[in-house]
Amino acid sequence: MTNSTGFPIVLGLDTFGDHEHDAGDRPLSHAQTIRNVVEEGVLAEQVGVDFFGIGEHHTDDFPMPAADVVLAAIAARTKRIHVGSAVTVLSSDDPVRVFQRFSTLNAISNGRAEVVLGRGSSIDSFPLFGYDLANYEDLFEEKVNLFAELLKGGPVTWQGHLRPSLNNQDVVPYTEFGPFPAWIGVGGSPQSVVRAAHYGFSLMLAIIGGSPARFRPFSRLFLQALEKFGREPLPIGVHSPGHIAETDEKALEEFWPRWLHIITKMSRVRGFAIPTMESFRFEVGPQGALFIGSPETVAQKIAANLKTLGANRFDLKFGMPGLSPDSLMRNIELYGTKVIPRVRELLSITAALK
Amino acid sequence: MSGSVVPSSVQRIAVLGAGHVGPVIARLALDAGFEVAIAASGSPQDLELITQVVMPGVKAQWAADAAAAADMVVLSIPLHRFPALDPGLLAGKLVVDAMNYWAPADGVVPMFQDQELSSSEIVQRRIPLSTVVKSLNQIAYQDLEDGRRPAASADRHAIGVAGDDPGAAKLVGEIIDRFGYDPILLGSLSAGRVLQPGGPVFGAVLTRSEFERAIHATAGQA
Repeated sequence: MTNSTGFPIVLGLDTFGDHEHDAGDRPLSHAQTIRNVVEEGVLAEQVGVDFFGIGEHHTDDFPMPAADVVLAAIAARTKRIHVGSAVTVLSSDDPVRVFQRFSTLNAISNGRAEVVLGRGSSIDSFPLFGYDLANYEDLFEEKVNLFAELLKGGPVTWQGHLRPSLNNQDVVPYTEFGPFPAWIGVGGSPQSVVRAAHYGFSLMLAIIGGSPARFRPFSRLFLQALEKFGREPLPIGVHSPGHIAETDEKALEEFWPRWLHIITKMSRVRGFAIPTMESFRFEVGPQGALFIGSPETVAQKIAANLKTLGANRFDLKFGMPGLSPDSLMRNIELYGTKVIPRVRELLSITAALK
Repeated sequence: MSGSVVPSSVQRIAVLGAGHVGPVIARLALDAGFEVAIAASGSPQDLELITQVVMPGVKAQWAADAAAAADMVVLSIPLHRFPALDPGLLAGKLVVDAMNYWAPADGVVPMFQDQELSSSEIVQRRIPLSTVVKSLNQIAYQDLEDGRRPAASADRHAIGVAGDDPGAAKLVGEIIDRFGYDPILLGSLSAGRVLQPGGPVFGAVLTRSEFERAIHATAGQA
């Protein structure tokens, strides 16, 4: 099945390594949470999910700084599912190392690795690695530029301001079958969309608040920018948070207290007023960015948004710190066995009507 | 401090900054019937495709040209780039400061470290030949378009407007009203502190009465 731009429909899952609690609401260790994420990736393949992504984070709520190591463990235990980042915070990483790690992951997984590069909406890696937040945009711009060079393969010659230059440098391991898929995660900036097109990266729209429909012009901008730069069309994906349970009520009940806790913490860090139940209800509704509910509710919302946005891929960011392993495994199972087939069905009905 | 540079009316609006926020404000202004130009740090050619697709009807220009032709200039550049902006570009202009300073998330900008002053007071000191009004900074950009309501709607949302020049604040308030929001006039740039990150209404979508309650609750605590 393909979308209007001819790319296959891809339905994936993302996690940030959200710190899990046991059934009695006691926090598990970071180590156990990480082992559970490996099991979640393995289950995702078993139930037919196309992609499993892990987003780099550096806090007690999301103890997942070395996502690619965990991806390698999943790759070693799976055959079919694609594995990748969601996102790799390129601004505070080294592009050569990122290339090497994902090229290695690509080797281990027999060509199933994908990298999603981002500036990082969570900024904890900046002080950790000694980067200045004031260079937030410049670091990303420069490192994306270098990463695009590395992805071409062959010895690299490159010059920048914020990282030492490379002079005819061989970077291994070579990729086996050409470059692995690379995406840029974009929040709300049209300039970031044009940058992705400029470098020939696929576009991953991170829609985590407000109406997904407002991103519609971004898909058009991406395709027109690709054309302007003389490039072929490239895939467009959507990443949004959510939670699936047997019923809408159960999903909301499980998710809301965990979400409120985290969003309250985040609000303090960002200086935002704490969201209310009313704003949560809006985000869960058809105009909002949270994909929470029964399989049918979530499938309808995914299908509608893929159509609206002209996207061929949706990655549901599942989990929230404090949710139990049982609830997460159930979420994955429902996503694979119920939501994915239903989304495909809904999209083929639309296609048949055209 | 600032000369009287309040225009008698506003027809042309220049938006400086084409990141997350600028294009949204440009669309709000266009929808409200203003002539709108937008500028980023680069050339207008770099912005042309973006304006065509994301904000058709908005003109891409060099910052200097956009500002020179405008009755009102909206600053929506990343705040850490503001110290490098030529104050001469904005001389004699009514300037709406839609920027925010929040060091924990955006890094330290030494010019804005003075805790005694609101960030817009610091902006005003840096551009003394302009008249600064703080507004459009407090609702998240992703909520700005969907949050609009016609005048007199029961659920109309509020946007704070803070300025030292009452005429300028009033004029900006009228523009906020045309954009689709209830303007809440705060007496001074200093009073605009409540609109900043960490303040009671930052990042919240509130009706006028909710907005006023939130502000008074904070004032009560202080």
